[in-house]
Amino acid sequence: MLPGKKGWAAIKVIVFLLSLLPFLLLTNDAFNDQLGANPVEALHFGFGDWALRFLCIGLALSPSKTITGQNWPMRFRRMMGLYAFFYASLHLLVFIVLDLSLSWEAFKDEVPKSPYILMGLLTYSLLLSLAVTSTKRMQKRLGRSWIKLHKLVYVAGITALVHYFWLIKSDYTEPLIYAGVIAGLLAVRIVVYFRRAAKLFSL
Amino acid sequence: MLIKTKSNILSSEITDRAVFESRREFIKAATIFSAGIMLPSLGHAEAGKYADVPVGPYSAKLPVTDREDVANYTNYYEFSSNKKDSTVLAKGLKTKPWSVEVAGEVEKPGVYNLEDILKDNPVQERIYRFRCVEAWSMVVPWIGFPLGDMLKRFKPTSKAKFVEFTTIYNPKVMIGQRSGGLDWPYVESLRIDEAMHPLTMMVTGMYGDELPNQNGAPLRLIVPWKYGFKSIKAIVKIRFIENMPETAWHKSAPNEYGFYANVNPEVSHPRWSQRRERVLGSSLFTPKRDTEKFNGYGAEVAALYSGMDLKKYF
Repeated sequence: MLPGKKGWAAIKVIVFLLSLLPFLLLTNDAFNDQLGANPVEALHFGFGDWALRFLCIGLALSPSKTITGQNWPMRFRRMMGLYAFFYASLHLLVFIVLDLSLSWEAFKDEVPKSPYILMGLLTYSLLLSLAVTSTKRMQKRLGRSWIKLHKLVYVAGITALVHYFWLIKSDYTEPLIYAGVIAGLLAVRIVVYFRRAAKLFSL
Repeated sequence: MLIKTKSNILSSEITDRAVFESRREFIKAATIFSAGIMLPSLGHAEAGKYADVPVGPYSAKLPVTDREDVANYTNYYEFSSNKKDSTVLAKGLKTKPWSVEVAGEVEKPGVYNLEDILKDNPVQERIYRFRCVEAWSMVVPWIGFPLGDMLKRFKPTSKAKFVEFTTIYNPKVMIGQRSGGLDWPYVESLRIDEAMHPLTMMVTGMYGDELPNQNGAPLRLIVPWKYGFKSIKAIVKIRFIENMPETAWHKSAPNEYGFYANVNPEVSHPRWSQRRERVLGSSLFTPKRDTEKFNGYGAEVAALYSGMDLKKYF
């Protein structure tokens, strides 16, 4: 049996707090000097990893609705998307404030010559546009185009992967795992789309 | 042409003499302390084996990076591309007994036991900067001997223009060697004049102790003016050859990793800037340090490359 209105509210709070846990653990390690020899990198990569993980979770909700026939995963779509944006923001903030030390000189030198940083910035601008239009009011105001706009989350998933692949020196194991997950989720979407199209066509 | 390089060491960076001289005492105390409480993490290294070796020439009086940072942040793709995992996995490598095959254009080829090599080549301590191609750096008190002294004993012939080094191939233990990425075993090489340069070291220890496995035990190269990937670990073969050989990272991405791989802030990696470096062990709010040409060893080595276009021969 599914929980009632109050039950869902409580579950949402729990999911919210659980999703905050990586942030709390990483900042706790930072304050206690537990991030190892290269703390800036550990924080930078840590937040980046979690941004990608929440993006994957967010992308998985609609296909899991399709597969299970249950509607409840959709309740968490906005929260997971915003958490992906939250961790991506921290990832970018660590880069600008700690890695570049807010130096415009360093930014000018490092960013334009680095394809993976540019791809990261593109990904962030996509996530930003989704985050600012994530409210109910924006959803109403944009109507059908909101749905189109929010399909960009798949584009963001792909550019995030490219960002990851391009910074690797030789061992692609980890980004390949994420690529597998995102490709699988995209495949479910595509199958659903073509089935629907086929149904319409047969009518 | 002599390329002058400015050494940008701040006076605040220079260790006080008394502090520097008390370091040895500190290392001894720390070794005894750590041997007591964390023996397993020391691996096969003999505690304090090199506590009393003399300080050699070219040793910089720089503040050294914490031993723990140097020992727990290593690139060793033979085990894993993850810097923490490779540290743990490397403990499985057996480094005793160890021998090195000497081959190619030499009068005295053969298989030499490491113990015999060490008998002929007394060790010394040298504090060197180390700069990784990934734009991080550290300062390490290495223990070893000049590579040139050792190579001369094998009597290279006039045809020996390059020296090629090979890492042990042992995919049973070195699980990274079971998959691709790099072509195993790892091969690196130096031009003969680079190999004979007095800065170039064969290293068997660090911090007054034997090398931990993850740092390249029992025998590794250290070329302080080049990116770290040139400083090959766990060497089992040295070959003298006439022509420039193919080397591991160069083979995997020739446009990104050159044969020379001299530290050079003016030549960026195709995917990232080499102008600055993150100093290991520095706090979250410490800005990166400006990278020096030839990693600060320009006065010693720039002449090796006079007349060469360093953008072309990167």
